[in-house]
Amino acid sequence: MEQFVQQLINGLSLGTIYALIALGYTMVYGILRLINFAHGDVYMVGAFFGYYVARFISTQLGYVPSMLNFFLVLAASMAGCAILGFVIERGAYRPLRRAPRLNALITAIGISLLLENLGQLVFGADPKDFPNLIPRTTLSIGVLTVSNIQLIVVATAIVLTLGLEFIVHRTKMGTAMRAVSFSGDAAGLMGININRVISFTFVLGSALAAAAGILVGLYNPKIDPLMGIMPGLKAFVAAVLGGIGNIPGAILGGLIMGTAETFTVGYLSSTYRDAITFVILVAVLLFRPTGLLGTPARSKF
Amino acid sequence: MPNRLTVSASSTQRTFTWYALYALVIMLLSRTVVGWVGAYYEQILIFIGINITLAVSLNLVLGFAGQFSIGHAGFMALGGYSSAALSYFVLNPALMSLPLDGMLHAVLENVALAIVLFAGGIAAAIAGLLVGIPTLRLRGDYLAIATLGMGEIIRVVILNTNFVGGARGFTDIPRWTGFTWVYLIAGACVLVVRNLIASTSGRALTALREDEDAAAAMGINTTRHKVMAFVLGAFFAGMAGGLLAHYMQYLHTNSFTFLRSIEIVVFVVLGGGGSITGSIIAAAVLTVLPEALRVAQSWRMVSYSLLLVIMMLTRPQGLMGGREFHWSWILPRRKQA
Repeated sequence: MEQFVQQLINGLSLGTIYALIALGYTMVYGILRLINFAHGDVYMVGAFFGYYVARFISTQLGYVPSMLNFFLVLAASMAGCAILGFVIERGAYRPLRRAPRLNALITAIGISLLLENLGQLVFGADPKDFPNLIPRTTLSIGVLTVSNIQLIVVATAIVLTLGLEFIVHRTKMGTAMRAVSFSGDAAGLMGININRVISFTFVLGSALAAAAGILVGLYNPKIDPLMGIMPGLKAFVAAVLGGIGNIPGAILGGLIMGTAETFTVGYLSSTYRDAITFVILVAVLLFRPTGLLGTPARSKF
Repeated sequence: MPNRLTVSASSTQRTFTWYALYALVIMLLSRTVVGWVGAYYEQILIFIGINITLAVSLNLVLGFAGQFSIGHAGFMALGGYSSAALSYFVLNPALMSLPLDGMLHAVLENVALAIVLFAGGIAAAIAGLLVGIPTLRLRGDYLAIATLGMGEIIRVVILNTNFVGGARGFTDIPRWTGFTWVYLIAGACVLVVRNLIASTSGRALTALREDEDAAAAMGINTTRHKVMAFVLGAFFAGMAGGLLAHYMQYLHTNSFTFLRSIEIVVFVVLGGGGSITGSIIAAAVLTVLPEALRVAQSWRMVSYSLLLVIMMLTRPQGLMGGREFHWSWILPRRKQA
């Protein structure tokens, strides 16, 4: 029983990271009907931005692991990836907006490969140790252990999600986003600047992916240029599981994926860690293609 | 339709004549040129042949039927491993135990290879059927992700199967294949796909690529045709896997990750979806290019991915844009009688 609860805690904190990435997938899909394959790699770039900013801070300003340090790195990396997301959308996806969806999908795969390979060239292919931003301590509650890192990961994710919820439901831009996701053409006729809304969505999603990259750097301090592939796929599956285009669904899906993964590793075998993802995916697609929280599709696709 | 039977009989005859002629040329080439260019270039030629088979078979699914599958490497792995298991555990020991002289041994070896290649193809085709029936109900990007997932599941299952080597890789597969077999299979693949496309079923495939709802409204059984294309594509991918296994004598699941599937997608897309000629050219060029660019090794994959993006932005229909090679390109056009 203790092991079960411990696995659950680990799974949920891993799941919050997947949930943050899944939010980007689900928002972009909701608006453009595009699987942004490069999203997992934006998360990778976010981790590397964090790595370099943290190194810069520690060499220029003296190394003090602290919460302030963490927030600085987080903010810088989120800003960097927001720009990256904006550039990707502008340069690669916008020209293809009216093209067949297959072309956009292939372009997304191309961008993903480009980021991975450029990453290997620029950052180096060997794994790097993510700097220790916050001194690690563990809290024991009875037989369970929770590290302060896990708490910070979960707390940051909750704050960011609440922020997103606020933007989507309480601001004018959020209303525009929901309108475009409902029907892009109709939203355009109502005078909404669709290009701006789409750019904003990419900016928002990429910033969240960067945050996930920093959090994973805290959690599991090895980063490499191919680290985005599997979490990217898992987050996408999480988004599909929760009902793609649905923000609470992405979070629920992420938590389920994280838990499923730690339970598979804990009770079955770590070699099936990644396979469980696809088993869940195929099961969802076959039995409930709209996902757990998704509404039945408005159009066939 | 008075002449229908005779017409189709003569076109079948013509097909076989062409294939026999092609087989003859390949055998001649393997006796002369291939022995002469040396092992390194022979290996490149063999990889080109295998990649042509993969590209053309995926083109049937992706280019002609318009179903975005990124699990081709999974079928390739399944075909490779099952044919290798058959030859390693059954046929090769049997062949070795027979007291045969050189000539008869060589003949039986080729028969055994034909059997294991076919078995590998069938294994992949069965997997294609099992994967295809549920997933081909999905459309577009969902299908892509589902096939990607299926491919990875196949890979992980093989990785955890100990009697085919698991994480160590499958070693000591007999070396039964070479230039001739690789190109015989590639030629057969091209021929089958070409003839299928020219048939009623092929027209149905292109129709459902253009508009699935309209095709269904015209009375085309869309799911059946999609599954058929998918199964045939998987069959040839399995054969290609078998060829690779019996040439390299070693298999490892790391060669069948979804990056391999994407590489095959790149062949099809750059060559032009719906053009067999394009697939062949792209597979050949993109197999040779990395070898030629060895000096710029680290930039290779970067330029590869950049090429993919630029191609999609500037010429999304690919190199050939759905057109095919025709003799009239090089020969003066015959006068109409």
